[in-house]
Amino acid sequence: MSGLLPAASANGPSVDRVLAALLGVSCAVLLLVFGLMLVYVVRYRAASTIDRGRLTDKSWRFEIAWTSATLVVFFGLFIWGADLYVQLYHSSPAALKIYVVGKQWMWKVEHPTGQREINALHLPVGKPVDLIMTSEDVIHDFSVPAFRIKHDVLPGRYETLSFEPTRVGTYDLYCTQFCGLDHAAMTGKVVVLSQSDYAAWLAAQGPTDDLAHQGQALFVRYGCDGCHGGRGTVHAPNLARLYGSPVPLADGRVVVADERYLRDSILQPGREIAAGYAPVMPSFAGQIDESSLLELIAYLKSLSQQAGGVR
Amino acid sequence: MSEEVPSYLADGWTIRSWLLTTDHKRIALLYMASITAFFFLGGAAAALMRLNLLTPTGMLVSPEMYNRLFTLHGVVMVWFFLVPAVPVTLGNFIVPLMIGARDLAFPRLNLLSWYLFMAGGLVTLSALLLGGVDTGWTFYTPLSTSFANGYVVLTAVGVFIAGFSSIATGLNFMVTIHQLRAPGLTWYRLPLFIWSLYATSVILVLATPVLAMTLILLAAESLFHVGVFDPKLGGDPLLFQHLFWFYSHPAVYIMILPGMGIVSELVSVFSRRPVFGYKFVAWSSISIAVIAFFVWGHHMFVAGQSLYASLVFSLLSFTVSVPSAIKVFNWLGTLHKGYVRLDAPMLYALGFIGLFTVGGLTGLFVATLISDVHLTQTYFVVAHFHYIMVGAMVSAYFGGLHYWWPKITGRLYPEMWGRVAAMLIFFGFNLTFFPQFILGYFGMPRRYHAYAPAFQVLNVLSSAGASILAVAYVLPFGYLLWSLVWGERAPANPWRATGLEWKTTSPPPTENFADTPIVTEEPYNYPAPEIREQHV
Repeated sequence: MSGLLPAASANGPSVDRVLAALLGVSCAVLLLVFGLMLVYVVRYRAASTIDRGRLTDKSWRFEIAWTSATLVVFFGLFIWGADLYVQLYHSSPAALKIYVVGKQWMWKVEHPTGQREINALHLPVGKPVDLIMTSEDVIHDFSVPAFRIKHDVLPGRYETLSFEPTRVGTYDLYCTQFCGLDHAAMTGKVVVLSQSDYAAWLAAQGPTDDLAHQGQALFVRYGCDGCHGGRGTVHAPNLARLYGSPVPLADGRVVVADERYLRDSILQPGREIAAGYAPVMPSFAGQIDESSLLELIAYLKSLSQQAGGVR
Repeated sequence: MSEEVPSYLADGWTIRSWLLTTDHKRIALLYMASITAFFFLGGAAAALMRLNLLTPTGMLVSPEMYNRLFTLHGVVMVWFFLVPAVPVTLGNFIVPLMIGARDLAFPRLNLLSWYLFMAGGLVTLSALLLGGVDTGWTFYTPLSTSFANGYVVLTAVGVFIAGFSSIATGLNFMVTIHQLRAPGLTWYRLPLFIWSLYATSVILVLATPVLAMTLILLAAESLFHVGVFDPKLGGDPLLFQHLFWFYSHPAVYIMILPGMGIVSELVSVFSRRPVFGYKFVAWSSISIAVIAFFVWGHHMFVAGQSLYASLVFSLLSFTVSVPSAIKVFNWLGTLHKGYVRLDAPMLYALGFIGLFTVGGLTGLFVATLISDVHLTQTYFVVAHFHYIMVGAMVSAYFGGLHYWWPKITGRLYPEMWGRVAAMLIFFGFNLTFFPQFILGYFGMPRRYHAYAPAFQVLNVLSSAGASILAVAYVLPFGYLLWSLVWGERAPANPWRATGLEWKTTSPPPTENFADTPIVTEEPYNYPAPEIREQHV
């Protein structure tokens, strides 16, 4: 059985323990229900003259007993499952950040060092991974049963899926949110390699520019640097060290400049105006595809990691 | 029995006397014919799907056709069979009889409900058959609005119209139960079937309008590009899921609560014992109806809703299963020290308890957050909700149909065939759907017209079960129709049951009762073991 479905991620074995516990509880209850049903149907069959004795009239004691027993078991299961679920949302600062774009009906993957793949995802074993996912059209879902993980991939926003592959091998990847005609063909493979094999695989993809560099070229091509480069006459925010920092807005709120903020600021610049700036930036909605957006954002993120940046 | 008063069936023989009737009993039969047709249509789509899944590559139909088939199956089965099934047929027929009334509170509204139901059904059917819709019955946006053809809107229009039929029926039942109870029939003397239909009606009246609004928004975005759900138009796709499940999760309880009510009746009659913990069973129906409105987010644990929302919805989902567990334990308590007979309705009731328990326990797997992440959107979920909505619910419907058949038609059904069909349904159902739990654990996604070869053995088992289930579902259709002509004539109370519906003739006269009955005793007042005679 485990040959069919290995537990190949760090949280896989703990998910399987929860499933085993649920199976245990279910079997016990099923045994009780079917057992009592069978015993009563035979023992108290209409033709039987067995002494029925006195009827139990204090029913509320039984009610309280089985209601509270059920509640206690359920609450325990809730806490256990919730605890592990919350951990799914913790991404490690050391995580490898890989971008995934879903579209009808394929998966496009972009590695931070610039490698691209379609319907495949190569990962190093034993290193935490954050998939930053978005969709070009409808809702998809990135599901790898061997990792016991799954998350919807939505158009118009970034969803993060964090996990850590722990076993070298090739695993099935499915789209599990119905996405139209060829939904069943939107599958792929996740290939988990040893650290050295992974390095070799990256190198074998040929010389590539990393995502941030590709984004830098786009930054020029779309004319962003005309205002944000600090040379123009337009008063525009400096984007160096922007990523991850708090941004005071014109309406008094303060938001953290994460992927969502950067994305929305490119596509809907009028929505969250940084305090002290005029709302003059044009919208780029419909002009930049999802992959290019990811590269632009990768570039903006790289600015906050290196000193200096756009001047 | 009473030659002087003609039965409702003999009260007029023209087509007009049926199509313009305001008699709740005749309207129940109109509904029964309609939902039976929808059931076999939805079932035929399921049969084609199971046939297609015999081989990993999908041996029968194209992906496009497969997607249309499961959409048709879902839409027809949910809105035109499962949601209306028990309330509009057995409920319509039995509620006034059970409470000693002449009819429902609004007989003409009742007829209008049927016409709305048929209008909605025909509109939806024309969209599904002529144009085809391939979004799934869930109509998730933006797939359904920006990436699908116009037949989505036509389908939604049909569902929208049928929704008014639901609302009217729910309203009719609530007013009837409040206003038309016979003298002496206090709330705690009501049969539990009435309590469960009351709870169902509350959900019908409160949840269906939300579905209607959601469908209007869906149509507005599809037709006029009003940005509500599609992010490209400035909308939010998760908003649709919140609105949709705010109706569609309570809808699951619309389907199952009436079934629970039937089972409470059957277990009591065929054990000749009052229902154990009557008040707990009655109030568990009401609490299910209330909590059902606060669990919709458990459909969205991996959809991108907030972490805190998921935590709350998971806890509430565990809570809603407690009243269901209470019911199961109380049914077992009713069997205890009873005089149990295994007539066909009782076999269906016991089958219900078994299938419902499996469906409920596997519900814990998907209410638990971390295991839901692995199991949701796979065949595990498909199996889970079919155990509740099809296995349990259809067993309860058939149980009630057999139990009240003598009252409805004045004929007895062939008992042996009834028992054979009940057992065949239980076996066929489990063979069809149990393998799907295992497929789901191994990760087979739902709504795939083709699959990995490793999944084939379990899929073949499931399809084999489906062929048995198909025969088992057709069987009652055959022998029940047979009994209409050749069945033995039924006495007024063939089961020696309590309940006012058995105090009038079989079939009842149009006015139901010659004199308004007066209730002086508790429900399910079967003689205590000490004093009852032994020749049962």
